[in-house]
Amino acid sequence: MNQLRRKSKLEIWNLIAYLIVALYLIFLIFPLIKILRSSLDMPDGTRSLGNFKRFFSDPYYFKTLVNSFQVSIVVTFFSLILGVPLAYFYNMYQMKGKKFLQVVIILCSMSAPFIGAYSWILVLGRNGVITRFLESIFHFTMPNIYGFKGIVISLTSRLFPMVFLYTSGALKSIDNSLIEASQNLGIKGVKMFFKVIVPLCMPSILAASLIVFMRALADFGTPLMIGEGFRTFPVEIYNAYVGEVGQNFGFAAAISIVAISITAIVFLIQKWATSKFSFTINAMHTIESKKAKPGLNVFIHFYSYLLVSVAMLPQVYLWYTSFKNTSKSGNVFIDGYSLMSYREVMKRGLDTSIRNTAVVGFLAVAIILILAIFVSYLVVRRRSFKSQLIDTMSMIPYVLPGSVVGIALISSFNTKPLILTGTVAIIVISMVIRRIPYTIRSSVAILGQIPISMEEAAISLGSNKIKTFFGITVPMMGNGIISGALLSWVTIITELSTSIILYTAKSQTLTVFTYVFVSRGSDGQAAAVATVLSLFTIISLTVFMLFSKDKDVTM
Amino acid sequence: MSVNIHIKNAVKRFGNNTIIPDLSLDVQEGEFFTLLGPSGCGKTTLLRMIAGFNTIEGGDFYFNEKRINDLDPAKRNIGMVFQNYAIFPHLTVRKNVAFGLKNKKFPKDQIEELTDKFMKLVHVDEYANRIPERLSGGQQQRVALARALVIAPDVLLMDEPLSNLDAKLRVEMRGVIKKIHSDVGITTIYVTHDQEEAMAVSDRIAVMNEGEIQHIGSPKNVYQRPANVFVASFIGRTNMLKAELVIKAKKPYLCLPGGFEINIEGVKSEHMNDMDVQVSIRPEEFVLYDENEPGLKGTVTDNIFLGLNTHYNVTLATGEEVEIIQESSIQSTIEKGMKVSLQIKKEKINIFTADGSENILLGVKNDKKE
Repeated sequence: MNQLRRKSKLEIWNLIAYLIVALYLIFLIFPLIKILRSSLDMPDGTRSLGNFKRFFSDPYYFKTLVNSFQVSIVVTFFSLILGVPLAYFYNMYQMKGKKFLQVVIILCSMSAPFIGAYSWILVLGRNGVITRFLESIFHFTMPNIYGFKGIVISLTSRLFPMVFLYTSGALKSIDNSLIEASQNLGIKGVKMFFKVIVPLCMPSILAASLIVFMRALADFGTPLMIGEGFRTFPVEIYNAYVGEVGQNFGFAAAISIVAISITAIVFLIQKWATSKFSFTINAMHTIESKKAKPGLNVFIHFYSYLLVSVAMLPQVYLWYTSFKNTSKSGNVFIDGYSLMSYREVMKRGLDTSIRNTAVVGFLAVAIILILAIFVSYLVVRRRSFKSQLIDTMSMIPYVLPGSVVGIALISSFNTKPLILTGTVAIIVISMVIRRIPYTIRSSVAILGQIPISMEEAAISLGSNKIKTFFGITVPMMGNGIISGALLSWVTIITELSTSIILYTAKSQTLTVFTYVFVSRGSDGQAAAVATVLSLFTIISLTVFMLFSKDKDVTM
Repeated sequence: MSVNIHIKNAVKRFGNNTIIPDLSLDVQEGEFFTLLGPSGCGKTTLLRMIAGFNTIEGGDFYFNEKRINDLDPAKRNIGMVFQNYAIFPHLTVRKNVAFGLKNKKFPKDQIEELTDKFMKLVHVDEYANRIPERLSGGQQQRVALARALVIAPDVLLMDEPLSNLDAKLRVEMRGVIKKIHSDVGITTIYVTHDQEEAMAVSDRIAVMNEGEIQHIGSPKNVYQRPANVFVASFIGRTNMLKAELVIKAKKPYLCLPGGFEINIEGVKSEHMNDMDVQVSIRPEEFVLYDENEPGLKGTVTDNIFLGLNTHYNVTLATGEEVEIIQESSIQSTIEKGMKVSLQIKKEKINIFTADGSENILLGVKNDKKE
């Protein structure tokens, strides 16, 4: 008996658990402690709560918080209003070109936020194509898109697909008999939508709205691009860090701490709310989409296609501009079409950026996959204090805005013994940290649904533990995990807020590269890089669709 | 090669919760042995201790002379069939069946040959290259059986293998299992909570309750001479009545409620005293008579015609409700509200001590080890 116990102590899973705990301590907990300490550093070298005082007492800074909340609430509101009906129409009625609609909707949600904002500027900005068109033909001056409006439009067009995807998922789990029962009891149409459908989808709608809220709150690229005078706090962190008026690291750290606290509170509210509204339904017979009455039919097609085109067209225009000729400086478009923007960006290191993006994406996804598989196994099959600790730590990055991860890592690994700043490695690490909670959660869910008797069957048939894990457990998790990994991949290659803080010329990725051209005003070249990035995204999505077949896309 | 199994003083605890306090049993070589009991009685726990998936907190487990307590589950050479079949969904039927042979590093041609043989045995050979998802429950169960048997295990363990199947398939599959067992002749331990299923397949049944064995015996013995009240009421249906044992002129009489008295035979000599007893009378052990005949007096409160048999509910004059099964006759069934007299097939009934812990009649064969 004793012998057996001692043997199990040295078991491979214990070693893996210790290793993972160590990784979390080094790359997550240590940087967080570091940033907490730095938040107390005053510019004059003393330590106090001065940075926090400054943030909350100076209306100039405090206003950024208010602004961020304003943006998030309004964006969430519009995303729901647009996304829920779209999901309802999409799932309840027959529509032409459903597959195409779905692909475009997913594509909208996958583009890099700042590129979305940038395309809106190209269309509706001071020099935007529609603005100029209206002015030259009708002498009509478009209202200014910059600031609050622009952020809301740009973020909504990117985030309503989340609501669509979540709500669609919920609608798919509603059994058709519930709809029939409702109609049998005399409730149909709009009344049924509000009395039956919406309450049944509530858990998912809630989850979606809080995700939208969090993303809008922590988003950095959009306000940076289109916000102009309208300041939000993720941008403020960045500004304090790069220092328009001299770098103030302590202050950046302090805002980060405030940001983490806020997102943590929102996260806890989300957990509480979902637990309140959680019930599980499972459809034996999913809802059959019906043919809508002619009038309604026209309306739902009009609504869906209009919404999706408005969200997508700025990007298509961006792709289009990438093929336009530009002036020598690259700042002004001139007549004619060619690949000159592409040639120009090639000369300036497009290949390096592509390589970096691919390397960062591949490495990060590989590490995430391996870690997530191991962690989920420890959490589901080997419940212990260690696995609980890992489980808890793996949730922390949920509440870390991207720029905070960047600042925390840079302040932790710019000195010996471990200098990582300026390397591709630090970007990989940051991406792993940011994406891993999502992959771990989905892996835990997947593994939780695999009965343990599968592994026991293998063991009783003479297979050893390692062989069982790799031969039975991992392949059974396979499909779900790989589709999750592909989504992580897309998020990573379109990421800006962390990499903009961590990048150097050597390690710049496609998003950073795009941003560099945008900030120089080289619109053609920015468009070319952004188009390459879109191409990457589209290819990845195609692969994803092939892999996941008819499975749902969830984030 | 089959083995016999000895379990001596097994103990199972989860934390402070003792599931099995002290359990011993022997299974003979080649025997079909069933652990039967209500859910939570510890039967699956015991099976998983034998398989090696549960730790053993005390006692010894032997396959023949070999103690297996600390043997890795992978090395016990056990074939196991799980309640949810545990068919690997990402492998074809053939690969599922071949899985154990590959782990045992059998040569390729032999794997092929054995896999084919066992797929044929359970009649799934035509689905060899299918993914299990597309098989019905019964077919999956057959695959699970083939996969467990193909490795020529010393012991076959089956954990409620039929509980996920529909009623008709369950009956069909227990025939399949019984036939394969008699063809292969392997020592088998089978767990179920379905007493009819247990009786249909088993050589011997161990009836368990709260982690303890109540009775080990043949299906016939367990049904006809149950060791105690728990066994009597768990196996089949029965009516339990309070009664008195009265000894008159060295002959035992049973005095039933309402004063109906019958002489009985076969009371163990150590119980030849006047005392309170519990009587188990199965529904088919009553005979209905006209109210003027001697017997237990009562009133019919319900009758259910089920074809072969007719079930009656009768409320006795003393208040107890009893259930009676009679073969349906061509005459009309006895109507509700009719007064009747109940007589008893006295050689079939069982009589227990007042606390229900012991059958006081001769003929109980209990292989339970103290």
